[in-house]
Amino acid sequence: MYKYDNYDQQMVDARVEEFRDQARRRLEGKLTEDQFKPLRLMNGLYLQLHAYMLRVAIPYGTLNSEQMIALGDIADKYDRGYGHFTTRQNLQYNWIKLEDAADILADLAKVEMHAIQTSGNCIRNISSDHFAGAAHDELVDPRPYAELLRQWSSFHPEFTYLPRKFKIAVIAAEKDRAAMRLHDIGIQIVKNDAKDGGSEIGARFFVGGGMGRTPMVAPMIRDFVPLDQLITYAEACLRVYNRYGRRDNKYKARIKILVHELGKDEYTRQVEEEFAHLLKQGVEPPREELERIKPYFSDPAFEDGPKSVDRSDPDFAVWVDRNTHRHKHDSYVSAVISLKPVGGIPGDATGEQMRLMARLAKQYSFDELRIMHTQNVVLPHVKIGDLHALWTELEAAGLGSPNMDTIEDMIACPGLDYCSLANARSIPLAQRISERFDASGKTSKLGELKLKISGCINACGHHHAGHIGILGVDRKGVENYQLSLGGSEAEDVSLAKITGPGFTEDGVIEAVDTVTNVYLANKQGEERFLDTYRRIGMEPFKEALYG
Amino acid sequence: MRVLTGNDLKTGDVVWWTGETWSRHVDEAVDAGERAEEILAAEEAARRVNVPYVIEATREEDGSVRPAHIKDRIRALGPTVRPDLTLKPKDPEAIDWVI
Repeated sequence: MYKYDNYDQQMVDARVEEFRDQARRRLEGKLTEDQFKPLRLMNGLYLQLHAYMLRVAIPYGTLNSEQMIALGDIADKYDRGYGHFTTRQNLQYNWIKLEDAADILADLAKVEMHAIQTSGNCIRNISSDHFAGAAHDELVDPRPYAELLRQWSSFHPEFTYLPRKFKIAVIAAEKDRAAMRLHDIGIQIVKNDAKDGGSEIGARFFVGGGMGRTPMVAPMIRDFVPLDQLITYAEACLRVYNRYGRRDNKYKARIKILVHELGKDEYTRQVEEEFAHLLKQGVEPPREELERIKPYFSDPAFEDGPKSVDRSDPDFAVWVDRNTHRHKHDSYVSAVISLKPVGGIPGDATGEQMRLMARLAKQYSFDELRIMHTQNVVLPHVKIGDLHALWTELEAAGLGSPNMDTIEDMIACPGLDYCSLANARSIPLAQRISERFDASGKTSKLGELKLKISGCINACGHHHAGHIGILGVDRKGVENYQLSLGGSEAEDVSLAKITGPGFTEDGVIEAVDTVTNVYLANKQGEERFLDTYRRIGMEPFKEALYG
Repeated sequence: MRVLTGNDLKTGDVVWWTGETWSRHVDEAVDAGERAEEILAAEEAARRVNVPYVIEATREEDGSVRPAHIKDRIRALGPTVRPDLTLKPKDPEAIDWVI
């Protein structure tokens, strides 16, 4: 994985000292909160319901054991013994003291981590496929391109004060495991037929997707950008947005609104015009930089070994079937460590669990881990022959839930239990639903069913993209929940539709059970919940819910 | 009653105005009445509280203070999903008070 060069390290170290001085001045009263707030946000420090919250960037969700250990140690030393993995492949600490914040950033910098650009109206952490570099179905490893974009977007002077925050995802497979088309810019690395009869790798650009209060699927604006023009094209997309994005209205300031209001064709025309202009300016980093980055993402030294597991232990077999993903090397798999124990808090991990996962990564996965946007952790390169030993350790630590992509593997934002923006709690719903479905034994019958829960319209829980989505709202000071069906963040991307009037907390849990019953009653063959919904439509579900 | 709340500047802890100082315990909050805004301005300027604001609350028969909105009740107690991290980790009814 990528290692900082001197420039990277100096940049991060300098930022720590800059923030240390800013925090000191705030504590001494030389800065007001209004003056300090934008400075702390640029360093990922929010003020949430109960305390300061620090969001740490995990670029494209990749980290090594040393970094995971550091995250666990910070949880124990400065927080209350745990952290929360987020839907942007980041980590949040919920109980941070301002007087400790600079020391935490210094501890992060020692392991090549930071919290820069995890907040504010700038280009946020670049996200990617959590199976990148390991998946059997990818064209290339997308992370060198994500890293190039990270370097380009870090402290980019022109894009530090955008109209609104800006999120980019990069994938390199037809299967979308990064919700790519629900990003401000989604980039898919693709192969093109070159004129000389060979083929060429390039980038397909989708612009103007997003969730939040106005969910939109990004349209494709360019089907092929040569890789030696990747950054220039991204810059053109940003420039048009920076110039014409709605700074007058926070709720209309995201690029999706600009693309929608201008129309895809007009936005594309302007981007192409800007692109042609920029090509003459020489903004593209030299190709040598990409070539310098690529070796950091080279394959580890894979070895041949067993190609299958002993399935005599049924619990192990279930976990293998559910929580492993086919690897490009036939003696390996990617193993998903579920952070969704029955009744647990989605995405939370204790410091001890983080250190355990770090040790397991070192022992079984070439010292590498990934954070999924679904709030789980991946060991990307595990020998099939080591799987039983790995599973045994995970089981013993309560990390062996075999539930990937089931209803128990839901995304849930922190909600009103932690977040100052939330209108309703998300986590209790997640806990009760996982307990209910686990107890009823229905989870396995339902197969792939993506449940996503947000505590407010900002949609951090991706409810628009859930096969079943739940949105918490405030109805005269009382929590209420809207149910929606039919969303997908994958390559068959779609936005969920609201079923009808909202429900109480108890009512929405019943409602989730009801819609799953409708699915089971109407399912044909191997249909997933989403497939059945798309075939039969909303009406049977509405009828069952509202009579 | 009009209750003043905010966060401690250094620690970020949720705090409540007691009439003289800031407490972590909502039951020690007092009715700031018409002086609420004046107190907020002075306390924030003196950095004794961060991002303070006024909320509506009621004093119950047992003397406890109950913020009108669930968000402030969660702020007063702590996360309902981690009773061990609330201010009343041994009170089994504390979460019911929030909801």
